This record gives sequence, structure tokens and C-alpha cells, in this order.
Amino acid sequence: MDKQLITLRVNGEVHELAIPVHKTLLEVLREDLHLTGTKHGCELGECGTCTVLVDGQPVLSCLALAVEWQHRDIVTVEGLADGPRPHPLQQAFAELGAAQCGYCIPGTLLTAKALLDHNPRPTRQEIKEALSGNLCRCTGYIKIIEAVERAAQRMAAQTAFAESAAR
Amino acid sequence: MLRLPPFTYYAPARIEDAVKILADYGPDAMVVAGGTDLYPNMKRRQFEPKIIVGLRQIRELHRINGDAKTGVTIGACVTLAEVSQHPAILASYRGLARAAGLVANPQIRHMGTLGGNLCVDTRCNYYDQTLFWRQALGYCLKKDGAICPVAPGSQRCWAVTSTDTAPVIIALRATLRLVSPRGERLVAASDFYRDDGIHYLNKEADEILTEILLPPIDGLKTTYWKLRRRGSFDFPVLGVAVALAQEGERCRDVRIVTGGVNSRPMEMTEAERILIGERITPDLIERVAQAVYRPVKALDNTDFVPLYRKKMAPVFVKRALRELLGWPIQETPDGHTSAAG
Ligand SMILES: Cc1cc2nc3c(=O)[nH]c(=O)nc-3n(C[C@H](O)[C@H](O)[C@H](O)COP(=O)(O)OP(=O)(O)OC[C@H]3O[C@@H](n4cnc5c(N)ncnc54)[C@H](O)[C@@H]3O)c2cc1C
Ligand code: SF4
Ligand code: FES
Ligand code: FES
Repeated sequence: MDKQLITLRVNGEVHELAIPVHKTLLEVLREDLHLTGTKHGCELGECGTCTVLVDGQPVLSCLALAVEWQHRDIVTVEGLADGPRPHPLQQAFAELGAAQCGYCIPGTLLTAKALLDHNPRPTRQEIKEALSGNLCRCTGYIKIIEAVERAAQRMAAQTAFAESAAR
Repeated sequence: MLRLPPFTYYAPARIEDAVKILADYGPDAMVVAGGTDLYPNMKRRQFEPKIIVGLRQIRELHRINGDAKTGVTIGACVTLAEVSQHPAILASYRGLARAAGLVANPQIRHMGTLGGNLCVDTRCNYYDQTLFWRQALGYCLKKDGAICPVAPGSQRCWAVTSTDTAPVIIALRATLRLVSPRGERLVAASDFYRDDGIHYLNKEADEILTEILLPPIDGLKTTYWKLRRRGSFDFPVLGVAVALAQEGERCRDVRIVTGGVNSRPMEMTEAERILIGERITPDLIERVAQAVYRPVKALDNTDFVPLYRKKMAPVFVKRALRELLGWPIQETPDGHTSAAG
């Protein structure tokens, strides 16, 4: 079996690993880096729970070969909180009960983060479209959408506050 | 975990190097672009290449050049997300931007490429299953088996063309550039496909698709309509691309191409002939739409009952034409009733 030395940058940390080349990013994250926050569902691109961010864009780690995504900025759900402080999205999801079993949530949170980073004030339709690759079997999506809206409002308010303080 | 079978991986930085690897390894090697079609298929053991040649590192395959006047050239590894958002494509080749934007879901559009989409494997409910499932059934013609359970009397495979962008690419009369150890050739997009579920491309295993050349837009307006069960994730089970050029009240040129039915995208030449050169009226559009019913072949091997997909083909042709003419329509192009009504 072909093993290869690869360099992955995950949540700001650089890892050097010797892995079989046919391992997916999902497998390497969970089995080699023990970052089990990234979930495995269908493993065929049909559910979205394995979503991670690569250079700020959501991609499916179950269809990504780890060797192909070296030297890029990978963010998993473990990299979302700021130390002990949850990300505003995590906070809003907790407050509104937007996570039930929670299985889809790591992928959903990251996809929502990518949306808000590119578009801080999305409409409800834009939220729905952005999250259309993240299936949830529990919530019926309403609370997820509401939580993204709440987080967006708070993040916009924080940005406005920081901007006025800087002036 | 559903894992990939082992292989050796190459990531050449130049087209010449990729071509050389393909020449060295012959049929044991396959190329991969975004991997969103090949990797799931490999996990299901529909393909087990010993060598994989990744194209992602090849810079020149990521470029988009040109404009509507001169024509636009798109590198094969440009992602579907980029195609759907590129200003020149959005402005002048709208049907292509829309088709790319309706593929799968946002994550897959960030990974999947236009080249990969044009080469995407044909699909069938009996084939797109895990090895365990296919083994239990006894396999089928397309992979490891001797019969086709969809049409048991048939000698051929009826797996369905499932690319969203190919119908638009054909309607635009685009040209594809292919590079192989034997050199380079240009092929009209419509000649790239074959009506056979197994050998669905006129492409040798060692040929790499490098560029998609869109001709000058020349007054054409384009659109794409897609039928699928869910508004996301699902492959097309019917796709209709229409390109239309008007001259006053007359139709100067029209191309109507279906996808998601038959084993290849089909140009509806009989319907086109009814419209070209004529004054466009609602009655005429009705006749054009009815002319696509007969050539559309839908079998019971994808989602939805086949007759429904066949009956929707004329409906989609009519709506697509009305959209391009600026006439009122009540539905949105992904098949759902629009909120605006
Ligand atoms: C859940 C799910 C939903 C999907 N929904 C849709 C959908 O709605 N519509 C749709 O059209 N597709 C859909 N797809 C299929 C696929 O994601 C897209 O077609 C995508 O564009 C394929 O591009 P890729 O770059 O990932 O292809 P790859 O997987 O890299 O390649 C696909 C095939 O093309 C060959 N190939 C790739 N690039 C080249 C090249 N430059 N030259 C020669 N051969 C090449 C590969 O060898 C392989 O056989 C879906 C996939 C999944 C998993
Ligand atoms: S159409 Fe028949 S031969 Fe082709 S993939 Fe389906 S079952 Fe197999
Ligand atoms: S596990 Fe990757 S999409 Fe389902
Ligand atoms: S919370 Fe259970 S799948 Fe989404």
C-alpha cells in the first residue's frame, strides 16, 4: 500500500502525517488526527454532515482525498470556538434548540459560518440555499434557519460596535 | 466506513506530464478532477483504477478567458461554483451558469468541475449501488454482469446521461479540446456523446479534456430547466436546454437539447425544424413542444415514473421557450411552482 508524507493545516495547526494515499480527508481527520467532531454519514456525498471548510469554502471531506488538500486552510468544528467562548453560531444553535440529535450540526455550523463570512446579512432564502447541502433528519430546518439569523444579527451588531469603538 | 480501494496517486503540474502518465499506464489509470463522481463510484467499486492522475494542480486548466463577442474558453478544472458566478458567463451564457448552479448542492459545486461534469458517468438504480447490493442482485451489463435487469431482452445498457451542463454546452454549439499521447483534437460537444450507457463518451481512456470553447454568443439567449425530486442534491431526471435567437417576431435559430433521459443528451432536431424561420406564436410553441415527446426515452431506472418524465419533456420545452421570449410562466426552472405565481 502506498503511503505518503503529507502536510495538513487544520484549525491553524500544521500536521505532518504518513498516510495511505487512498485515505479521504474525513478518514484522516477522524482516525489520524482524532478530530471526531467531523461526522461520517453516507460517505458518498449525499448528506453533508462531513462538511469542513477549505480556504473558507464548504467542501465534503468524505469525497476529498487528503493528499489533494494539502497546504490549504482547513477548519473543522473543533476550530469554531474562540478558546472557551463558543462561536455566535454555536451560541444561537444552543439557545434556540436548533440541534436535536446533533449529528448534522458540525457540518451545518461550518456551512453557516462560510455563508456569514461572505455575506453577513443573508436573507432567509440565501440561508436556505447556502444550507441546502446539509441534510437534517430531526429539526425540520426551521430552528436551524432561525439560529443562523440570530447569529447573523449578533455578529453584525458586534462588528458595528467594534467599528464605532475604533473610531 | 465505506473506503476507497487502494491506488497510486499522481498530481502532475503540467498537461504533458499527465498525458505521459496516462500513456505509461494505459487502461489501469484514470484521471480525477473534483472527484465528486469518481470517488463515490470507486467506493461502490464501480471503478477500481490502480493509478489515479489528479488534474487539480494543473494551473492552465483553471482559467476562464474571453467574452461574449469573441467567445469564452473555460478550463476543464474550473469549478461549477465559479462557472455559475462568473460575470461573463452570467451575463451572456446564462443557461450555462444556471445549469452549473443547479448541480447537486453548494459543497459539491465548490469541488466538482465543468470538465468532470461533462464526463460524469451515466446513472441507473441498478448500478449506483454498493458492491454488496450489486453482488446480491447478480450484477448487470455495465459492470461485471451479463444481463440488463432494466431491459432484460436488450443487448445494450440504458443507463441515463445525468450531466446538467452537457445539454447547454451542446445547445451553445461548444467545442471541446482533448489532449492525448497522440496529440490534440477538437470535437463538437454534440459528437462527444454516444447513446450507450456503457461507452457513453467518444473519448479514449488516455484523452484528457482540457478546454471547453464557447462560440461568440451571436444574439442567442439560453436557459436550462431541471426536473428532480428535491430542490438540492438530486441528479436531473429530465433536463431541457434551449438556445434561441430571434429576428423581430421570427425565430432565427433555435437549439433544444434534453438531458436526464436517454443515454446521451439528445438534440431535438424535429422540434427545432418546426420553429426555425417561423413567426413565433403560442400555437407554434405548442407544436414544437409536442415534437419532443416521441424521441424522449425514459426507462424505469432513475427517480420518478418514466412516463411522467417523458410527459414533462414537452412541458419543460414550452416553459423554457416562454421564459426566453419573456412570456409569463408560473414555475421556476428547477421545476417548482414559483412563490410569485
Ligand atoms: C450527491 C451527489 C449529487 C450530484 N448531483 C449532480 C447533479 O445534480 N447534476 C450533475 O450533473 N452531477 C451531479 N453529481 C455528479 C458530480 O458531482 C458532478 O457531475 C461534478 O461536476 C463532477 O465533476 P468532478 O470534477 O467532481 O468529476 P470527477 O469525479 O473528478 O470525474 C468524473 C469523471 O470524469 C472524468 N474526468 C474528469 N475530468 C476530466 C478531464 N478533464 N478529462 C477527462 N476526463 C475527466 C473522470 O475520470 C471521471 O470518470 C452529483 C454527485 C453527488 C455525489
Ligand atoms: S441500464 Fe441495465 S445494464 Fe445499464 S446500468 Fe442499468 S441495469 Fe445495468
Ligand atoms: S458523509 Fe460526506 S456527504 Fe455524507
Ligand atoms: S439534529 Fe439530528 S440530524 Fe440534524
